[in-house]
Amino acid sequence: MQKAISVSVNGVSHQHDVEPRLLLVHYLRDVLGLTGTHIGCETSLCGACTILLDGQAVKSCTMLAVQADGAEVTTIEGLVKDGKLHPMQEGFWERHGLQCGYCTPGMIIAATQIIDRNANPSREEIRHGLEGNLCRCTGYQHIVEAVEYAAKKRSA
Amino acid sequence: MANKYVGQRIKRTEDPRLIKGLAHYVDDIRLPDTLHVAFVRSLYAHARINGIDASEALKASGVVAVYTGKDVAKVGPVPCASALPGLKVPDYRVLAQDKVFFVGHPIAAVVATDAYSARDAIDLVVVDYEDLPPVVDVEEAAKGGTIIHEDFGDNIAYKLTAGEGDIDAALAGADKVIKQRIVHQRLAPIAMEGRGVLARYFPGEEELTVWSSTQIPHLLRTQLALMIGIPENKLRVITPEVGGAFGSKLNVYAEEALLGWISIKLGKPVKWIEGRRENIQATIHGRGQVGYVEIGCKNDGTITGLRYNVFADLGAYHQLLTPAIPTLTGLMLSGAYKIPAIQINITGCFTNKMATDAYRGAGRPEATYVVERAMDLVAAELGIDPAELRRRNFPAAAEFPFHTATGLDYDSGNYEAALNKAQEMIGYAKLRDEQKKAREEGRLLGIGISTYVEICALGPSQAMPAGGWESATVRIEPTGKVTVLTGASPHGQGQETSFAQIAADELGVDLNDVTVIHGDTGIVQYGIGTFGSRATAVGGTAVLIAIQKLKEKANKIAAHMLKTDAASLAFEGGRYSRQAVAAATTGVSEPVVPVGEAPAGALPQPETEGKSSLTIQDIALAAHLAKELPPDTEPGLSATYFFEPKNFTFPFGTHIVVVEVERETGDVKFLRYVAVDDCGKVINPMLVDGQIQGGIVQSIGQALYEEVVYDDQGQLVTGSLMDYAIPRATHVPWLELDRTETPSPVNPLGVKGVGEAGTIGATPAIVGAIVDAMSPFGVRHLDMPVKPEALWRIINQ
Repeated sequence: MQKAISVSVNGVSHQHDVEPRLLLVHYLRDVLGLTGTHIGCETSLCGACTILLDGQAVKSCTMLAVQADGAEVTTIEGLVKDGKLHPMQEGFWERHGLQCGYCTPGMIIAATQIIDRNANPSREEIRHGLEGNLCRCTGYQHIVEAVEYAAKKRSA
Repeated sequence: MANKYVGQRIKRTEDPRLIKGLAHYVDDIRLPDTLHVAFVRSLYAHARINGIDASEALKASGVVAVYTGKDVAKVGPVPCASALPGLKVPDYRVLAQDKVFFVGHPIAAVVATDAYSARDAIDLVVVDYEDLPPVVDVEEAAKGGTIIHEDFGDNIAYKLTAGEGDIDAALAGADKVIKQRIVHQRLAPIAMEGRGVLARYFPGEEELTVWSSTQIPHLLRTQLALMIGIPENKLRVITPEVGGAFGSKLNVYAEEALLGWISIKLGKPVKWIEGRRENIQATIHGRGQVGYVEIGCKNDGTITGLRYNVFADLGAYHQLLTPAIPTLTGLMLSGAYKIPAIQINITGCFTNKMATDAYRGAGRPEATYVVERAMDLVAAELGIDPAELRRRNFPAAAEFPFHTATGLDYDSGNYEAALNKAQEMIGYAKLRDEQKKAREEGRLLGIGISTYVEICALGPSQAMPAGGWESATVRIEPTGKVTVLTGASPHGQGQETSFAQIAADELGVDLNDVTVIHGDTGIVQYGIGTFGSRATAVGGTAVLIAIQKLKEKANKIAAHMLKTDAASLAFEGGRYSRQAVAAATTGVSEPVVPVGEAPAGALPQPETEGKSSLTIQDIALAAHLAKELPPDTEPGLSATYFFEPKNFTFPFGTHIVVVEVERETGDVKFLRYVAVDDCGKVINPMLVDGQIQGGIVQSIGQALYEEVVYDDQGQLVTGSLMDYAIPRATHVPWLELDRTETPSPVNPLGVKGVGEAGTIGATPAIVGAIVDAMSPFGVRHLDMPVKPEALWRIINQ
């Protein structure tokens, strides 16, 4: 059994017939070929698969593609605008907020929401906002600095 | 070498693709007609397999094949590279034969047209298990009872005694001998990307390509060739982006060989991407030691000797380095101290669990933890300040190279400088006063200190199972672009940047003109890989020396082109100049001009007429065109070097931690964390900080949260990230870092390595701080992970 869905991803609209059990993350990666969104745990704990769904950061590994029918999705591939990095991407680069890079797309997406909601977050607020995203390489400190950089850059 | 880049905080060249989501990890590589593999894994820790019925699975939609142990009898066993005397090595087949020995032991491989179908079908494979009593506890394993590998007669894989000095006399002659049982719990490395393999066989060319998330592409190629029975020169291993490893991918796994074998069998690409539950079951674990330390001291705090009797929980089978890890513990038992007699007695035991192997630090965190905990126990027993006790036992800076009773020669060090700096940063003297006051108020404030030393840059080939050198090829292409091929295999450490820094400085070219390539055995000369904090100290040195070789040739060509002799040329700012000219312009060395693209269609011709200097890139072009070379000179401009280090390197440092334990909940709060680390010369301080921070946070995980738990039936209780807790952003304090810089004499870069320092130095400081906080209750030691519940019980006893 297949179900027709229509999803806008990074500003491009897509129509597909999908199995009802297909996870959103697999739809993005395997049907649309957007492999920047990663899978790290299967249990919605690591946040590597974080995307924006109608502007909200959600974990795409615990959501079905059919639930995204009619939604607007932004993935890591959609953050670069007119060839320019998003301030959060710039922050991660400037402040060495990544090592192996695997958690990075989900981490960056989650972090954009932190500064969308709070233009000038404290370090504690940043850490709280990143609680749903695991990183095993950096120890988080440079990620916190990256978010501070992006917040500052955006409000400048 | 003019240092325009080395020593600078340079942004990573590998980052743009990673932050844009455009990098390729194994699962991001898509080949047409790829089949997907899922594994049936043992539900039991120890069982006999009386039969496997795959008939229903084979009927399921999308299923192409199901393979069990008898199908793969010709695939060679999973290799163990450790060669310890008397070591028992069980026959580790890639799929279980008539018995399973741990939860997660692969039993059957299901191949299907898509990953969902493969996953569905593994539930249809019926395995008839006859469960056997499991061996779970390592000390029980040593006693006998159930024998896991019956042919061996017991569960002891090996026994090993090492060390120098008369330990019995040293302990007998001590004023005090303190004993402590110490547990190093099993840990799961939890790289955020699990393992993954994609294999593609071309039947016509008889060539197999294996993409694997590994730290050791070349060693993997050699081993897979032997296991699968394909000529090594028909096998290519490609390591794409690797999403973290921490030692867990310094291995050769059954799944890697199976995927290669299945691709050959079916003539199609096959892919397996490890799930997180599989990852915790069937990717190696770290640590897993239970030991008994005895430390002897004089009343003035002088340490006379240390003995460590340890039971190492090896698991059911040996992976690549399983038995070797506890021997690294033995090597580092002198810590940062003068200890005249040291002995380690290792009993390596089989248990019905996944194998332990190298996890960040690999045997050295255990040693540091033992030594540092023992120093704290001595300090508490003698009433000497723990920092002062450590200071009294340090070798002085003038005593290096320093020989230890574990048989090592520490290359260089100034332990007191790092301790002093850390004490100043944290305001140590004042802190002890604050602690006194806090205690009077009933607050549980604790200060922990660790002065560690580690062994890095593994290592001289004599001490390594598969060669300890590293390789580099550096070539300057006709357009002047510099290509560096390294045998190291970075996976987050940033060597695409730091090696480019080394190369750009040594060649006097722009950093953006250098590309560092790694992790493809089809492109890169044989290499050893990235582990043991070795890549920069050994691999970076290979890059440096390859460039020096390349420049010898460039110098000769330059002299020929400028019609002078090689000795009269000076190299500065990427340019060979006649000495007189160079002297005249010294101090205003010509700016390095990035190389433009070659005009379409034709290569530019180097012009030498009337020139008094040539860039190394001009020379590269001339070397390729080969029209103007000195006699008997090979065309082209490239050099390869295999660097064999003469010794290990020994980074060190001091970590000081302040914690407060909440009386109401037993929760541990970090108040300060200061770390002064010395990893020798620093190529890129930003990357070094990143390594230290990440390492410390993994230590926080071990100290407070993480533990692989098997129940008494050998069931894995912590089988997902719901139960296995790694630190989150809110669990971690702000880390105040600084360093001292004591160059290593072992390599010309003076670097020591930094990948594991944080994990090695931090754990004892954290636990020491908690013990110190709890000392009003008479606590002198606590086992990790130190959970709030345990502290709450002590507070409320």
